[in-house]
Amino acid sequence: MHLHKYEKIWLISGVVALALFLIILGFGAFYLGTHPQSHGITIDPANIEAHEAFQSENLGLTKVDEDKYIVNVVATAFNYDLGVDEDGNAVKNISIPKGSSVLFQVVTPDVVHGFNIAGTNVNMMVEPGYISSMEVEMKQTGEFTLLCNEYCGVGHHMMFATVEVY
Amino acid sequence: MEIPKIGVFEENARLPLTIGKKEANLYLSFIYVAFISLFIGGLMGLLQVLVRSGSFTLPWGIGYYQILTLHGVVLALVLTTFFIIGFQYALMGKTVGISDKQRKVSWLAFWVMTVGTAITAATILVGKASVLYTFYAPLKAHPLFYIGLALVIVGSWIAGFVNWRQLYLWKKAHPGEKSPLLAFMVNINMIMWFIASLGVAVSVLIQFIPWSLGYAETINVLVSRTLFWYFGHPLVYFWLLPAYMAWYAIIPKIIGGKVFSDSLARLSFVLFLFFSIPVGFHHQLTEPGIDPTWKFIQVVLTFMVVIPSLMTAFSMFATFEITGRKKGFGGLFGWLRHLPWKDVRFLAPFVGMLAFIPGGAGGIINASHQMNTLVHNTIWVTGHFHLTVGTTVILTFFGITYWLIPHLTGRTLTKEVNRLGIIQTFVWTIGMTIMSGAMHIQGLLGAPRRSSYSEYGGTEQAVQWGAYQMAQAIGGTILFLGIILMVYIFIKLAFFSPKGEEEFPIAEEEENAPPTPMWLENWKLWVAITIALILFAYTIPFIDIIQNSPPGSPPFDWPIGNS
Amino acid sequence: MRRNQKKHTGSENEPNLKGTFISVGVLGLIIIISWFGVFALFISR
Repeated sequence: MHLHKYEKIWLISGVVALALFLIILGFGAFYLGTHPQSHGITIDPANIEAHEAFQSENLGLTKVDEDKYIVNVVATAFNYDLGVDEDGNAVKNISIPKGSSVLFQVVTPDVVHGFNIAGTNVNMMVEPGYISSMEVEMKQTGEFTLLCNEYCGVGHHMMFATVEVY
Repeated sequence: MEIPKIGVFEENARLPLTIGKKEANLYLSFIYVAFISLFIGGLMGLLQVLVRSGSFTLPWGIGYYQILTLHGVVLALVLTTFFIIGFQYALMGKTVGISDKQRKVSWLAFWVMTVGTAITAATILVGKASVLYTFYAPLKAHPLFYIGLALVIVGSWIAGFVNWRQLYLWKKAHPGEKSPLLAFMVNINMIMWFIASLGVAVSVLIQFIPWSLGYAETINVLVSRTLFWYFGHPLVYFWLLPAYMAWYAIIPKIIGGKVFSDSLARLSFVLFLFFSIPVGFHHQLTEPGIDPTWKFIQVVLTFMVVIPSLMTAFSMFATFEITGRKKGFGGLFGWLRHLPWKDVRFLAPFVGMLAFIPGGAGGIINASHQMNTLVHNTIWVTGHFHLTVGTTVILTFFGITYWLIPHLTGRTLTKEVNRLGIIQTFVWTIGMTIMSGAMHIQGLLGAPRRSSYSEYGGTEQAVQWGAYQMAQAIGGTILFLGIILMVYIFIKLAFFSPKGEEEFPIAEEEENAPPTPMWLENWKLWVAITIALILFAYTIPFIDIIQNSPPGSPPFDWPIGNS
Repeated sequence: MRRNQKKHTGSENEPNLKGTFISVGVLGLIIIISWFGVFALFISR
């Protein structure tokens, strides 16, 4: 089989470029630990309260240390349960200081949902039976929309909250 | 009485064969369904962009997700599959021939697929299956939705079996000869399609149908998703490869040239067979239950499938340049001037090729492991596949339509229709540039796909997205005008164009072309390598998924408005 | 220019594909630029 000289150069450069992309990604994923979320931790979707993090008093934003937070969320059709405030109203807005490290832990007792803080790298599928979790550093200030980005039913587009980084 | 085709079984039979009336009707039937789907699916697309602009509400209680489901099923599954099978049958009929018996079995394939389509479409239209075309468990559609889909797949298998048989018989009659290039390509595509769709068929038959009927209480969600995406990525290559068939073996003839390299064309198809399937995890990168190392391994395999597309890009430019230089157009880019820009059979697929440059670049970005979190399930992805399947593939299919329909109906592509086709190509290009461009930018800003109009509580981000949604509505409306024009052209070509003979363009090799090595015909080896790669990519993670399964999920029908 | 011609005498039967080479080169650059563009966005978020 004959390959034109230029085609050889083209294919070799193409493969080198692809390899370069993969090396950059592989370095980030395996050395710096920036894999997409993949913990494989299971939970009984019919009994999510069995896990301490998803009992109603532990939902929402919790400060665990200086600049360290945990956000526990139960995603249901069509709502994110982020706990309740002092007055007993559902929390729909959480505020986190810039530069803090935040661990998001999300489960669903019903169907598949998305968990995306638009404009950040927090983007996870939430599936019945698994705990979705991701630790990120909030690098930019601003008001971000937390929204469901996987179709979950007729009210899918009404499933949102806001995250403020100040 | 049927006149046997000249030369089918003769020792010195040479291409191309003549397509008889009876077989033409078979091929046309598939393409009729495809164009009816184009109109229905396109209308649904128009309604979606209008709803998402925020200034339009659907009447009569029709749901946004109902039309979205119809749009996806009818365009991504029905239009594509029917057009591809009709086109591939025509290629087989032209290059290796079809027997009476094979033709009759093919009608069975047509009817099984069509009945399946009707059943599935009906469940969506009555609002019992608003689960989108990916039908992710544990959302539960009416059981007939899944049964209809299963029939479409089974019907397509019958078509694939016939295609294999056609080439097998031809090879028996022509010992020691390489198979015709287009027949080779069709068979590769149908092998890939069969191996890939086994995954979704197993999922539908073993998981979804018993579960939706109530025989199984729960479903393993991650297993169903993994089986879906085992099928879902090769699905997009099943759309793309017929476009590549036209690029490699038909476009050169239209521009007055020869096949650049028969062996490289075959090699790229073999590579597509290898690397299209063991890559489904790149659609599941942000899922919690799959081991990240195996995700990365499939990302590497995904990057391998870029290579045959790089080969294709080179072949296309080389065909243009060599042909141009032969015609005396010298200089670095002088050869561009010889291209038949005013011939829609060339122009439409050419725009499709151009669209695959940003389309392919976007695809590499999507598959980039952790970087996927930036774009996953944002409307960037919708913008991406409206470039790849919605422009590259569909404009090539339109380019095929301009000559294939008149060839099959015994009519001609008139100057007038050619001009309309050129306008259609421009309309499509403008509409898609606006719509897909807006989707890409809006996606990078974080806006979700598959969502009805929402102000998201009035956040600044949502306000920013609104402008792009307006642009999508404009682009989408232009595209719908393009669809109306294309359907008009189709009707004209099928029923009203003047009688005559339209060429079925099949490019030949250069006379002094180096011979194609016979090892490329090693079908058993190609299938064995394909299966080995699939087993490598999937066995361990799949066992892991099953061994570490959470309790299964019962069906949920109330979220989609059923109860 | 002359150097290029010299090179070509070595492979007499190979067609002249300089335009093709530049075209695919541009295509490759588009891929690389867009990938690094999105990568930069990913890193910045």
